Parts: sequence; structure tokens; C-alpha cells
Amino acid sequence: MTGERIKATGWGVLFTLTLAILIVAGSRNLSHFDAALVGYTFAVLFATFAITYRYAMWLQRPPTALYWKRGWQVFFRPSYLVTNIANWFKRVIGEFALNNFIFKRNKQRGIAHSLIMWGCVLACAITFPLVFGWIHFETPPDDTTWYRTFLFGFPTLAFRIHSITGFLVFHGLVWASFLVIAGVMLALRRRMRDHGAAALQQFGEDFLPLILLFAVSVTGLMLTASYTWMKGYAYDFLAILHAMSVIFTLLWLPFGKFFHIFQRPAQLGVGFYKDVGEREAPALCRRCGTPFTSRQHAEDLIRVEKALGYRYEIEGSAEHYQWICPRCRRAMLVLGQGKLWQDVLGGESIHIDFPPALPQSSLGNPRIDFGPLGDEDKRNFHP
Amino acid sequence: MSVHSNMEFFVDPMRCIGCQACMQACTECDTHKGHSMIHLDYLDRAHSVQTAPVVCMHCESPTCAEVCPADAIKRTEDGVVQTARKPRCIACNNCVLACPFGVPKMQTEFKLMMKCDMCYDRTSAGKRPMCATVCPSQALFFGTREQIEELRPRSTPINQFRFGGQIITTKVSMMAPKAARAEYVDVTAAMNEQATGRTITLNILDGMCE
Repeated sequence: MTGERIKATGWGVLFTLTLAILIVAGSRNLSHFDAALVGYTFAVLFATFAITYRYAMWLQRPPTALYWKRGWQVFFRPSYLVTNIANWFKRVIGEFALNNFIFKRNKQRGIAHSLIMWGCVLACAITFPLVFGWIHFETPPDDTTWYRTFLFGFPTLAFRIHSITGFLVFHGLVWASFLVIAGVMLALRRRMRDHGAAALQQFGEDFLPLILLFAVSVTGLMLTASYTWMKGYAYDFLAILHAMSVIFTLLWLPFGKFFHIFQRPAQLGVGFYKDVGEREAPALCRRCGTPFTSRQHAEDLIRVEKALGYRYEIEGSAEHYQWICPRCRRAMLVLGQGKLWQDVLGGESIHIDFPPALPQSSLGNPRIDFGPLGDEDKRNFHP
Repeated sequence: MSVHSNMEFFVDPMRCIGCQACMQACTECDTHKGHSMIHLDYLDRAHSVQTAPVVCMHCESPTCAEVCPADAIKRTEDGVVQTARKPRCIACNNCVLACPFGVPKMQTEFKLMMKCDMCYDRTSAGKRPMCATVCPSQALFFGTREQIEELRPRSTPINQFRFGGQIITTKVSMMAPKAARAEYVDVTAAMNEQATGRTITLNILDGMCE
């Protein structure tokens, strides 16, 4: 076993043990733990180990490790801390709660993702504390028409069983499944109709997660239908079917598309890294002299490329190919090919007395093409 | 679905006339609808007509994918380096800044890197990429090696490029003169080269019809 795997296993064991201790403590020594839900608990514990293991392995890749370190460094830099905290709230609401960037990619994709995401968030917020025994309900001995909610064994909200609040609370998973099913239908519709998606999608990566979410939601709804309108018909079978679909989904969390749930918060760190980069020294292209990114980013990429075994060092004043802007790279590629032809064709040359400046390339069609960093170029670089 | 192994992409920037048909056609591709992934730069607008059409060269060991902290860029078995996977890309710009050919584009508002994927919806179904379909001078050509050899007897495809101490091998080839017997295109050696037009070279057509 390599050092990386040992480290990742260690983190996995640590997180799993911590969760197990929290389950025991939060359910008051398992006194509020529902033994019927033990299968779910073990599936969550396994998923915790596997997700932590994969996350720890992922964090050890040179580019991820560097960004992880830099993200925290720039966030806690004293001169930017207040702005960073304000931006953190702004981004968590805009990017995570509202999915703004996904809506900009495609409206239908945004709606589908929001429905699935909020359905899953609601379902997890209800089921996980219930499964771990962190939440339980009790009927006060003097009034059986009321329910009191206990969080980690402490009494909290009380509500009448036959009330609108009671109806909404007890059917929380039904509302969640409605959201998820609608989102899954929209996502599947796009996957079945979009030619671009059809060319790239894979069963395990793109379809299986949707099928699993659909299976969990439908089997959950069938349980409600069974005890509400069918006098508990086939309830045991449905309970096993639902448990199987949930457990399989939990076990699949670390392997497929679901893992993006845990990766996506890295976007916040990237945001802070870019914010600081914009305010500090830029990297100037060592061919055309134009600023094209932050100096820190260029230097970090040189470090990452060296760690990955790339040798982009150049002899002369440019020192490293990373100091050349993307536009000059494209120009040099074409000039390199031109040089080969010129060497072969030879001929008699007439030199025109232009100023000896290096060619400054420009976009062929700025209406449909843009600088490499899109809007960021307009804001910061390539003015 | 995958790109057929005997179909290859050949680029010959020296043939580019800067008509921009490739850019317009590129926006029609279903995998990046409405967005042109091809780059067309004027190398020295004031003094030269030379243009630089650049598509993704689909490296065997893609630097963009290696430096991606989110592991969002994947190379399929047929050698095509796909655009960033939407759920994973965190818009860090690493790929944009590390690609030796200057190809990826960051769609900041989408938080997504997009790049040429050789029109995967078309090429994986046996069709040509949009740009190669419309290029009037065949600066962008998609076909078999036999076809290109027959069309360009004086040229040979090269798929190795030197950037300082690094040689990058690609799936896409660039047409180079056969007589040069070059193993690779030395990109960094061209750092101080001038665009054609600054120097007018005569007699270059001598012997071309032989």
C-alpha cells in the first residue's frame, strides 16, 4: 500500500469512527436508535469511509493539493478576510442555493438540477437525523393529540398531530420525492433528446444516478400509498425494495456523478484565489508583454507542472513556457509551422523596413471569439 | 460510440485564408451549441495576412487534464480529449493557462471550461467535424492518411511539438514539408519569428508544378 493510500485510509477510518461516535452520543447511547434502520446506518458508515477515502486521494493530486492549500491561505489572509466572508455568503447563496451558474448554462438544466438538489437536501435533512437517532418524536403523557420533537434528546418544537404542520412534517419525504421525480424526468428528457448529451453520456456516470434517485423516490412514495390507501398491502416487500434502492444509492455516492456533491465546494476556494489574484501582481506575457493572469497563478502552475513531470522550461529570458500567454502560444504554433516551410522553400527575400516589433496577434472575430478567460479577461486582463 | 481509428484530423495553418467559416460552423455543433470553440487569430494584422486557425490538438498526455484540480477533463479511448465534465469543473482556469496550444476557453459565467472536442457528436458517428466540413482551403482536413498523402504529396503530417524541454505528442497532426524531415514542430523556437508578409519571399512557386 502506498503512502497516499495509507493516508486516505486513515482519514476514512477517522471520519467513520467520528460519525459512529456521534450516532451513539446523539441517540443517547442508542436509546432512540431504531433497530429497523440499522441497514441504512451501516450503508451511511460505509459511504462515509469511501467518500473520505476518495476525497483524501483526490486532495493529494498535485494541482488539487496546491489549490486546497492556497484556497485556505487566501481566505484567511487578514487583509481580505472581511471581504472573503462577505463573498462567502454571497456565493453560497448565489452559486449553491440558487444554482445561478447552472441556470446560465441552460435554463432546463438549471430547473432540473434545482429540483433534484432541493429534493435530496430535504430528504437528507429528514432521514439522516432519524436514522442516526438524532431526532425522535414523543407524545406527551397528558395529551396524546400532540407530538414533541426531540433533537439529540433535547425537547424542541411541539405540534398537534392532526394539523397542517403535522401533515407537512409527516409527509416531508413525499414532498421531497415530488421534487426529485420532477427533476429526474426533466434531466432524463434532456438526455434522451439532446444530440450533444447523447454523444458523451455514459450509463454509470449519467443514467444510473438518475435511475437510483427515481427508484428511491418511487419506492418511498409506494410505501406511503400502501399504508395510506391500501391498508398496508405489500408493505414489507416495499420496505425491503426501498431499503435496497437507498442502500445502493448510498454505496454509489463515492463512485459516480454523485461525488461532485463533495467536490463542488472547491469552487468557493477557487473564487477567493481569483479575487486575490485580481488585486495583486499580474503575470505579463514574456513575448507580447500583455497581462494574462495573476503572477501567483502562473508561479503555482509552474510548480504543479514540475510536480507532474512536465518540462516546459525554455532557455533564454522567457525561462518557462508558462510565462507565455495563450494567444501568443497559438501564434507561435503557427509561426513554427511557417518556419519549417520557409526553411524548405527558400527563395529570394525582400525585407520590408517595418519596425522590428514582434507580431501582436488579435482575435479574428471578437464577436464570437473571446480571450481565454472570458469575462475575466474583460475585467482584469487583456484590456 | 467512438471516432473511427483510420479517420484523422490534419491542420495546415499555412493554407488558412482567414474566412472564418470554421468559426461560424463550429457554433452549430451539438456538443457546444452556440459557442465557437475554434480560435482564429490574425498574427500581425497591420503587416501580414497570415492567420492562425487553432483547434484542440488532443494530446496523448493532456496537460490540461493533468493540471485540473477537479479531475474534470477526460480523454476517451479513441484519443479525444473531451471538454470539461459539467458537474466537476470548478472554473479555476488551470487548463486554460496550462494548455501548450492555448486552446481551452473559460466560460466564466457558466463556471465551465469549454474546448474543441472534435465535434464528438459528429465524429463518433462517422461524420466530419463542422470546421473541416466548411473549410474552403482545406487548412482543416478530416480524413484518412491515404487521402491527405494523395492531396498533399509535398507535405507530411507531424504530431509532435516541442515546447522548451517538453515534447508533446498529439492525435491531431500538422502538415509540414516532407523535405524538412522534421521530427517535430519547434514551437518555442518560433518565439521571435515574424508573420509572413513582413518579409516577401520570391521564387517560392518554383518547382511547385513539377
